[in-house]
Formats: sequence, structure tokens, C-alpha cells
Amino acid sequence: MDDGKSTLIGRLLHDSKSVFEDQLEAVRNYSYTNREVDIDFSLFTDGLKSEREQGITIDVAYRYFSTPKRRFIIADTPGHEQYTRNMATGCSTSSLSLILIDSTKGVVTQTRRHTFISSLLGIKHFVVAINKMDLTGYSEEVFNTIADDFRAFSDKLPIESIQFIPISALNGDNVIIRDGKMPWYHGPSLLDYLETVNISAWRNLIDFRFPVQYVNWGGKGSGMRGYCGTIVSGIIRPGEMVVVIPSGKESRVKKIVTYEGEHAYAYAPQAVTIYLEDDIDISRGDMIVRKKNLPLLTQNVEANVVWMDSKPLERGKSYLIKHTTHTVKGVPRDIAYRFDPEDLHRKSADTLHLNEIGRVTFSLMNPIYADTYTNNHQTGCFIIIDPVSNLTAGAGMVTRRQCTGDSEVTEPLGALTYWVLNEPESAKMVFNKKKEVGIGCIYLDDKLLMAGICADLPLPEKKDAWLIRVAHICNAANASGVSVVIESVYNPNDSVCSIIGEKNLNIIG
Amino acid sequence: MTNGERYTLTTIQALEAESIHIIREVAAEFENPVMLYSVGKDSSVMAHLAIKAFYPEKVPFPFLHVDTGYKFPEMYQFRDEFVKRNNLRLVVYRNDDAFLSGVNPVEHGTIRCCAELKTKALLDALTKGGYDAAFGGSRRDEEKSRAKERIYSFRDQFGQWNPKNQRPELWELYNGRINKGESIRIFPLSNWTELDIWTYIHHENIPVVPLYFSKKRQVIRRGGQIIPVYPGMQIQDGEEITECICRFRTLGCHFCTGAVMSPAVTLPEIIEEIMAVRHSERITRVIDHDQDSSMEQKKREGYF
Repeated sequence: MDDGKSTLIGRLLHDSKSVFEDQLEAVRNYSYTNREVDIDFSLFTDGLKSEREQGITIDVAYRYFSTPKRRFIIADTPGHEQYTRNMATGCSTSSLSLILIDSTKGVVTQTRRHTFISSLLGIKHFVVAINKMDLTGYSEEVFNTIADDFRAFSDKLPIESIQFIPISALNGDNVIIRDGKMPWYHGPSLLDYLETVNISAWRNLIDFRFPVQYVNWGGKGSGMRGYCGTIVSGIIRPGEMVVVIPSGKESRVKKIVTYEGEHAYAYAPQAVTIYLEDDIDISRGDMIVRKKNLPLLTQNVEANVVWMDSKPLERGKSYLIKHTTHTVKGVPRDIAYRFDPEDLHRKSADTLHLNEIGRVTFSLMNPIYADTYTNNHQTGCFIIIDPVSNLTAGAGMVTRRQCTGDSEVTEPLGALTYWVLNEPESAKMVFNKKKEVGIGCIYLDDKLLMAGICADLPLPEKKDAWLIRVAHICNAANASGVSVVIESVYNPNDSVCSIIGEKNLNIIG
Repeated sequence: MTNGERYTLTTIQALEAESIHIIREVAAEFENPVMLYSVGKDSSVMAHLAIKAFYPEKVPFPFLHVDTGYKFPEMYQFRDEFVKRNNLRLVVYRNDDAFLSGVNPVEHGTIRCCAELKTKALLDALTKGGYDAAFGGSRRDEEKSRAKERIYSFRDQFGQWNPKNQRPELWELYNGRINKGESIRIFPLSNWTELDIWTYIHHENIPVVPLYFSKKRQVIRRGGQIIPVYPGMQIQDGEEITECICRFRTLGCHFCTGAVMSPAVTLPEIIEEIMAVRHSERITRVIDHDQDSSMEQKKREGYF
């Protein structure tokens, strides 16, 4: 039953010299007396007594190791199906998924299931380590067949990168250094790849969202009320106009304070205390946002749900939904379908059992301020708590909020220009968001402009003329009802503002 | 960015933000939380984070020192100064039934001694204070059963931990729902490593007990450990008092805490030593090695 995951992690820790001498000695002794081998690498990670006895991983274990290039946290999650909920737990805070395939078995249900769960929880980068190559004669053909099988289903998922690496965790082939036993493989070793892969951690610096966590006030006679919280997305500066939801009251940021003092700006995921100009009634569970960029106030959410309780999901039962710093009662109304892990197809379902995943619509007693999980992980995720057992019964990722009966808080209609300064990732995020909600949008960046539209205006000499031409394009598009996202290293100047119109121009960054 | 602003946190800044988030979440959701304070370096960091989390106001919960009576004298002195300087509310609890009847590790063994003076004392102190949440400074990199500990660790009404029945913990959404009598242990330093702790202490200039720094100390060798000599300690046959330049990587009771030979007298020297060292810090804690899976066993029974 062992695909060698604990062995691989043990090997990574051991070979990257992250295992201490005394731990190594303890593992050597145990291996020798109980396993009759010199060193059983899986013992470095199998922490619980019952796991050592059964030789499997039960729970998520977090391991820490550093190389001179990077600091890693490994969330070691179980392979066995009955522990799938722990797999989702590990994925929720990870930026890369390492999928292990036993080369003697090839792609199995677990492989598909785990890849799917990783992708569902928003992981975009994958390493597929094809293990036990020593047992399949280090064969290139075996490796290629498995990689093809994997691609056959992973192509359907929104994955940005996949690296296939043939390894033998037991012998250490291609784990830390590339090995001569597979000369046909020209890629990096596993550790080399992990050290260098670009895994831009998921972060949204556009939409300012500040769920109030704790009101900090010394009582009567002391100073102002401070609102403590973690900025879950976006950037904020003193002087900016903000809205507190749900009350809708407006104020201005007076100061942003930490132990280090007052700050000129603060960004996700900093933990700060915000003071406002006006004394308005704000409590835990409220959210401070920018007036021009509001989340959707919704009383109905549709979400992908991973069920984690041995008691199945009950339609019509009242659960507690914890979303940001806000807990509300919620009732599952409708189960659209569940995902079949075998082929990722949608099957009809009346309920969700432990470790099943499906699309569920909840009605909430009180509205929450949600974004979709794709746009904003922190404001798009929630946990489902059983109010009787108090257990965490499930985890949800918001897929849609515009269900019937909602009072909508939406952005002003009409086409706008979003001028994003030197941040391609942010610009693409804005663009994708517009597309997703069905707003017509054009994407421009310096490279594209230089290649054609502005090819006759060399930069930086003709920058002003360049900016004016770009502004006219934006203005024309906006006038026809099409938004523009432009990503540029140049700040829009006054002429740009007057051509596009201040009302229509959003400068980001 | 063109305006000179930067939007990236360093490793310790990110760890700090995560810990502050956890500490505030607990202060907001629980009725009567308490922060365990053991006087060690991790406690110093955790207390510092609590102070930062609620700045400029006071920390809204008390600190609890579960005292065995056998801590190093330097620790008591440091504790009292630390609490006073930072204007913290401190509660000290000792299992006097056991302590005054003379329970000690030399005559009664470490298992019995820990059970009475640490685990029972802790559980009694928590019950007595009626605390529904207790912060501990444990880190997942310390010991193998701790690697599987949640940030919010559920304990039944007897304070026991069931590793097979832990609540899944996703994103930064913590489930702190409990019934009366049950409690949650909170580990805001879960994702920190020993190196992060020292780097942070250096960076933030956090005071720590001087025992962490090397100097010439009187010691004996016992069970492969270098044990410091303190007044009232019984020297057994064949044991010889010697002097050596040593320091402590972790601090517990003076009977059961081994020193390490080290020339490190400054924080940068300690950090350098940790980066090079090949022994885990808990090797100097005698109690971790007293039985197979000893930490897992102690945790099940209620120990941190």
C-alpha cells in the first residue's frame, strides 16, 4: 500500500542534511531492530506511534527544511483515501503540490483524486515524481507512459505548470542530485526543481479587504478605538476613503499602527491596527473595504465543498459557516452534483459523505461579504462547523455569489481604464476578473504597444506622445462600453488623466 | 514598483504576522484565554508577539507560569523582571501537594516527577483558572509528535489530546467551538523553527535568560548529559563535579536540562551555531527519552 511518500520526504530531509544526528541515531536504531534494514527513511516523518506500527501516515505532518536557496514547509499528507480530508487541509496553505506515483502501478484513482483536490484548493504548480524507477528497470518508456496518462486528465484542470521527474526515493536517484542511472532524463533533480521553480505565492494586491478581528480599546478615558486585523488582500494608505460593511458607513483611514509605529502604507498579509477619522460603530466580523471596490454582499453562496465529517452533509440542517472573522448560520439547500474522483465527472448526489467533494448551495441567515475563491482565496473560503458536535465538518470554496434574492453591492457600471503600474500579475488578475463577470475588456501592455500601435514612438524619448496615444485608445474603448487594462512601467501624466477622464481612470500600484 | 513601496514580507515578518493573527483570533473568540509562560526563549518570543498584537493597549489576558519548583534560579529572577517591565499579569501555579512532599526526578524518576509537577500541575492550574484556551509556545519542528499538532489543538474535559481525532484546519480559519469544560491549546509558534526564533530574538532585541549564553559553569556528567550543579542537588557515587564552558539550548528543570559545550556568548554566535549544529535541541531534555514515544504519551495525558 505504500507509494513511498514518507520515504521520499525522509530522503529529502536526510540528503539535504536537515536531519539531526540524534534523530538519525534514533531512526537507525529503530530501523535495525524493527525493520531489519540499516535505515528506514519513512521513520523520519511517521511521528505517531500508531503510524509506526501500521507503517502508514495518518495525519498531516508539517516538516521544515531550508537549503541556501529556499525555506520549505512540507505538509506531509496521507495517501489513503480515508484521510482525504487531511489532504485538503495540507493543500489549503500550500503553493506547490508534489504528487508521487508508483511506477509499478502507474496513475491510480488516488493520483487523480489528489491532483484534483490540489487544483480545487487553488494550487497551480505541480511536480509529479514517478517513484520506484529502480523496480521498473529505470525505463524511459514506463516514465513516458505514466506522464502521458497523467496529462490525459490533468489537461482538464486549471494548472499552470507540471514537471515530471523519474526518481527512486529508496536509492536516492534524482532526489538531490541527478543520477547516471537514467541518462535519458535531462531535467533537474527534485530538489533542484523545488529550489528554483517560480511559485508566486497566491496573493491579491488589488482588492483591499480588512476583516475586523478585534477591537482594541483601553476603555473609557483611553484613546481611540483601533481595529485589529490581517489585511487579507490589497494595499491601504492613511487618508484613503473606506466603507465599513455591512453598515455602509464611510470614513477615512486616519493611521495604520503596529508596534513599530505608524505606517505610510500596509499590504496583505500584514497584521495591523487601523484607526479611522470618525468614531463609528464597528465590531468583529465587519469588513473595512475601499468605497470603489466592494465585495458582494450575499445571502446565498454556491461553493465547492470537501466533506470532512463521518456524518454526511444534511440538506436543510443548520450549520455554522465561518468566513473570515464572521460566523453565521447556514443551511445547505441544494447539491448540484458531486465529483467522481475516478474520471472527475459530475454525478448527481443527494448528500456528501466523508471525503466526498461536491457543488453545494447554502442559504445564510445573515449575509457575508464574499469574493469567489479564484479571485480571492481568503474572502472566498469558509469552514462548515457542526453546531452539535462542534467538529469542522467541511470546507467550502465560493464559486458563485449571484444567487437569487441577493441585495447586490456592485461596482459602478460602465467601462473603465485600469492603469496597472509595472505589475503584470496584478494586471492579469484585474483582466481575468472583468472577463469572468462578463465585462468586455481589452488588455494592453508596453510590449504589445511597442510592437505595433506605438512602434513609431521610441521610448523613453517620445514618452509623452506615446502616453497620449494610449490614452486616446483607452478613451475610445471606454466610450464604446469596453474596459481597458493596461500594464505599463510609466505613470499616466496629466494629459492622460484629462483624456480618459478622472472618473474613468483607476491607477493601480 | 515605481513609487518605491515594497510589498514583500521577510520570513520572520510573515511568521510574525501569522502568529499575531492567531493571538488576536483567540483573544476575540474565547472568554477566558491564558498564555503559558515558561520563561524560556519561545515564551519570550510568544509574549513579545502578544505585546505587539495589542499595542498600544495592554495584553488582554493573563500569563500562567506552571512552576515545578526546580527551575534555575536565574529563570525566576528573569521571569519577575520580564513581567514587571512589560506590565503583564502573571499567575504562578505549583503542585504543592507533590512538591512539598518532596517529589523529585532523582528519587521518583522523571516519568512520575513530570506527571506530578508538570502535567498534573498544568491541568490543575487550567481548571482552577477556568481557562477555555491556553497558548503554548511549542513548535512543530521540535519533536516528531508535535509535527502533527494543530494550531488550535482540541482537548477534552480531562485535557487529553487524541491524535486520531483532530479537527481539520484549513487556511487561517480556526474552529474554536467547544462545550463547557473542554478547552483548546493554541500554538501560535507552530510554523517557527529554532533558527527563526533566534533570528527574531536578535532582530527584535528580545531579552532572554542569560543561561542561553555560554560561560564557565560547574557540571556533572549523568546519562550522557552535562547537568549543571545547583545547591541542594545530590551528587551520586562516581559523579564528579567539573567546570566547563557551556550554555543551554532549552531550559527546563535544572535536574533534567543538559547543557551543551559551546563558546557562543552573543546572539549572532548562537545563530551561527544553530545553523551548523547537527543535534536537535530536545536532545538535552532528559524527559523526552524516558520511554518510547514519550512526548506523544505525555501529550495524550495533557502535557503541552
